[in-house]
Amino acid sequence: MIQRSRSTGRHHFYPRELDPETGAADLEWTPASGQGTVYSVTIVRKKPPEESHCIVLVDLAEGPRMMSRVVGMAAEDVRIGLPVRARIERLDDRPAIVFEAEHGS
Amino acid sequence: MSGFKRAGAAIVGAATFGMGEAPGYEAIELAARAARAALADAGLTLKDVDAVFSMLPQDPFCATTMPEYLGIRPKMVESTRTGGSAFQIQAMIAAALLECGMIDCALICYGSNQRSAAGGLVRSGALPFPYEDIYRPIAPASSYALAAARHMHQFGTTREQLAAVAVAAREWAKLNPEAFSRGDLTVDEVLSARMISDPLTVRDCCLVTDGAAAVVMTRADRARDLRQPPVYLLGGAMATWHRYISQMPDLTVTALAEAAPRALAQAGVTLSEIDVVELYDAFTINVILFLEDLGFCPKGEGGRFVEQGRIAPGGSLPVNTNGGGLSCVHPGMYGLFTMVEAAQQLRGSAGARQAPDAKLAIAHGNGGVLATQALLVLGSAETR
Repeated sequence: MIQRSRSTGRHHFYPRELDPETGAADLEWTPASGQGTVYSVTIVRKKPPEESHCIVLVDLAEGPRMMSRVVGMAAEDVRIGLPVRARIERLDDRPAIVFEAEHGS
Repeated sequence: MSGFKRAGAAIVGAATFGMGEAPGYEAIELAARAARAALADAGLTLKDVDAVFSMLPQDPFCATTMPEYLGIRPKMVESTRTGGSAFQIQAMIAAALLECGMIDCALICYGSNQRSAAGGLVRSGALPFPYEDIYRPIAPASSYALAAARHMHQFGTTREQLAAVAVAAREWAKLNPEAFSRGDLTVDEVLSARMISDPLTVRDCCLVTDGAAAVVMTRADRARDLRQPPVYLLGGAMATWHRYISQMPDLTVTALAEAAPRALAQAGVTLSEIDVVELYDAFTINVILFLEDLGFCPKGEGGRFVEQGRIAPGGSLPVNTNGGGLSCVHPGMYGLFTMVEAAQQLRGSAGARQAPDAKLAIAHGNGGVLATQALLVLGSAETR
């Protein structure tokens, strides 16, 4: 789900009380497509045995950008421009939105 | 006309204390020492101060802790919390308050013992941000790494060009006896250093040091009668477009692109007239972004701009002449140190690292994760 202003149709993330562009309070939750593209990527380097992991910024198909991780592939192989799709995974035992490479990409 | 009066206020005292390592000192003790030194530099005392602009990262009440500690009963206090750019903002507020007569003598001071106390980064008391924290980025390095990666992708900037920024800073630091890191540093050593958050190695990241700084400001008429050559505030501007890196509209363009033209217009000077540039180099990518956003080169050309020693000693544009946050000092918030170094340069008292004939300087501050940009255009007496 992602927030959208009814009057403008504009989406935003993270969730707020007001649309950060217009100040409109007419916000509603709508289903998100889950589709996005990697805007930037870095790898957080850990000392072994802890595993390094990637941090990405994903441009969502709806417009907003969010931080996440790309899972299911080596962090080194995550490239800017990679089409990705969201899923829920537990990180630190809490549910989090992560992304995996879009099938066929 | 907009903004405070051009050259209506001046930095009349400037000092640092406890640069690098200052074991045994609390942050407030370091700040107090720097404050005293800056006032002595100006030929003033604590009793002359009627406005205290302080910052102690771990003290939410520093606006009153600092005056009490110093025995000052100020008419005005201000402790804006934008991170490392707070001090440029404080100087602009001080200039406006001096001009309108609300205050007569402003003290701006900062201190941190982060290296000796904790051996880690300053904890600023920032709230958790679950939309990023859960992914466990390294704060703040991963945010800057994301900007660097995007700049490399979009403009072909290379890790060698990032490293050139660190090497230039080190070359300047070698000329500064107060700088913390003064050993040889090569591009290869930067590249092969421990990776922190790709593409940034530990040598692309600023130091973690102790240190304190302070400046004293008065109106220009009084400044002329004090001990040091006044350093005039010719212009200043700030801008902020985001707080968190995931909310930054374009990771290759900072709000400095909007603030810098305002500050230069207020000062009535063009970039080509600037003699020395003190930028907030928490990471190597900063200098590339800020040189572009200031307008020293077109967007995307910053990597090529810093090659071949252009910003190093002997280069055509002296940048971060004290050695910067990368090699001189970085006690959590670095912005006040760019102001102190610019003042030294404009007084002609910077010793072996003196930029030739420096009359106009930019002292820049960056806060948070490229979030809050602020700059001062400072000038010597002949630029009034």
